[in-house]
Amino acid sequence: MPPKTLYEKIWDNHVVREIPGQPAILYIDRHLIHEGTSPQAFAGLKAEGRKVRRPDLTFAVMDHSVLTTDRSLPILDLDAAKQFDALATNCKESGVPLFDMHSKNQGIVHIIGPELGITQPGQTIVCGDSHTSTHGAFGALAFGIGTSEIEHVLATQCLVQSRSKTLHILVHGKRPKGVTAKDIILAIIGRMGISGGNGHVIEYGGEAIRALSMDGRMTVCNMTVEGGARAGMVAPDDTTFSYMEGRPFVPRGKEFQDAVARWKQLRSDDGAKFDSTMEFNAPDIAPQVTWGTNPGMVTSVNSRVPDPASFSDPNDQKAGESALKYMGLKPGTPIVDIPVDRVFIGSCTNSRLDDLRAAAQLVAGKHVSKTVKQALIVPGSRGIKAAAEKEGLDKIFTAAGFEWRDAGCSMCIGMNPDILLPHERSASTSNRNFEGRQGRDARTHLVSPVMAAAAAIAGHFVDVREFDVAHVE
Amino acid sequence: MQPFIKHTGLVAPLDRVNVDTDQMVPKQFLKALTREGFGRILFYDWRYLPGEKPNPEFVLNFPRYKGASVLLARDNFGCGSSREHAPWGIKDYGFRVIIAPSYADIFYNNCFKNGILPAIVPAADVDELFRRAEKEEGYALSVDLPAQTISDSHGFSCKFEIAPSRKEFLLKGLDDIGMTLEHDAAIAAYEKAHAANAAVMHDALDVKYYSRPS
Repeated sequence: MPPKTLYEKIWDNHVVREIPGQPAILYIDRHLIHEGTSPQAFAGLKAEGRKVRRPDLTFAVMDHSVLTTDRSLPILDLDAAKQFDALATNCKESGVPLFDMHSKNQGIVHIIGPELGITQPGQTIVCGDSHTSTHGAFGALAFGIGTSEIEHVLATQCLVQSRSKTLHILVHGKRPKGVTAKDIILAIIGRMGISGGNGHVIEYGGEAIRALSMDGRMTVCNMTVEGGARAGMVAPDDTTFSYMEGRPFVPRGKEFQDAVARWKQLRSDDGAKFDSTMEFNAPDIAPQVTWGTNPGMVTSVNSRVPDPASFSDPNDQKAGESALKYMGLKPGTPIVDIPVDRVFIGSCTNSRLDDLRAAAQLVAGKHVSKTVKQALIVPGSRGIKAAAEKEGLDKIFTAAGFEWRDAGCSMCIGMNPDILLPHERSASTSNRNFEGRQGRDARTHLVSPVMAAAAAIAGHFVDVREFDVAHVE
Repeated sequence: MQPFIKHTGLVAPLDRVNVDTDQMVPKQFLKALTREGFGRILFYDWRYLPGEKPNPEFVLNFPRYKGASVLLARDNFGCGSSREHAPWGIKDYGFRVIIAPSYADIFYNNCFKNGILPAIVPAADVDELFRRAEKEEGYALSVDLPAQTISDSHGFSCKFEIAPSRKEFLLKGLDDIGMTLEHDAAIAAYEKAHAANAAVMHDALDVKYYSRPS
């Protein structure tokens, strides 16, 4: 048999029906849903008299619009309340387990899938959310879908899909201190551009990827979609298996050992062919800061806001100029001279325990700058929140002047009250700095958790390598 | 789904690369429970000044583009969020065709589910179409899906790319869920052969169905 990539192995394992030259019917192992993109899918299903085929393989959570403040208070946003009602009713009627906003297991959908062990190597996983790519960190094929496809999966537990091209991204060498998984993926997107991955599934490898914790690998796979690829994956290894062991949906005892033996086969064979390959050197990567209005408009913290006139493509020049106008920045400004109004540490990109630990270590004994209006810590799930509190991280953050919030998508998408005011500037650990995403005329700079924490302390961006980063993961 | 065969309509040029779906339908409109009514808020922050006054500088507000049904766009159109609200808005506004050199994957896929044709046209032809659409008021294009051509009334004509399966899907206005369900026996056989895929919960979790306090 010819050598296969990890992607091809998972694809082949999930084909229900495939005629050469046509899209295949692919079986979906796990379907995650949330309140934001599912109501129309359930409505469509009902209109056609169809039922949820596998409620036991479908998992629902409330995350996009939930309050990160006191949830015992009435929900003033009536549209959000109606979506919560719809999700609860739809799940109850169809037998889909739901972790609602009061559940101890509630959290951002891409955080709780792995946390609860729902996400496992070799699976196909979909969700009506582009950051479903996160789950690829476990060696799963995971990608975001639209609402019509949610309806398709609810009705059939399958999707009609065409094979993607494959891109192998290798990150060689060791990460310098202060350089995180977030910086690796931002540097990758900076080079390949936000459409460089279109039509591809990415497999990440190399020493720097292998050395990442699962939390770090999830950050890399999460932002894969910002480079245009729907899915990113990392072949599972001992780091994966030790993360998984003991989680609620992960097999126990001998069954776990058997599963690990199967999961170990989930790697690209030697000599497997990728459509293309890109290589990076981790020692060359500096902490990254975005300066524009998409994640590919990014540079190193020790450099300056670029001059769009220096770009070769006229469309890029125009986009760059428009981005700088929106961001209120001038070419040539040192990145470290950019002040921030608010700081957000959270989102499905960077709200896991490793992220919170690293940020806490950096701010311990320091205080948020007086010029910063608000610094939010929003854990990705209530499970992470509880674990962080057990370690005393909440105390470190609140002593340093940060707000310690409840779990949800929060200031990444701003569907709840956590938004920026017009022209406010944030250091954010989220994944998208698009115009208006965090509030009309809001200016967001994407950074790692330690970079965001350092910006909160200093009141402007700083090169985190100048802080004591000896312990930073 | 309404089949798509041929369409002729007024062209509106949106001269920006990497237009993301957050621009098409911003977050505050994602709390709807239906697929309707997104045309009014399409490109909300660009189209309206605070107070919902139309922004006279935004291209879709130019009187000459009123009633446009062909959207001319640049590379990587529809990047970012998977929200299908974006193509719902495009369609509800009145667009049946998008013309661009490239699209983001999820958005491209979502267009077909809504009977919108996202035509992939070489960048040089797109450049030419921008020149023509901006020069001539009332500039219209005819899009022929069976022939995979786009043409105007002054002799311009170009081909566009589309996978044969996607073409058939639009031409026939197919219901893809119904088509997949025709393979129910194959799906059931797959499930039987992969019964070990079942999700087994080893620790009790806090499954809760929210109901609004009355």
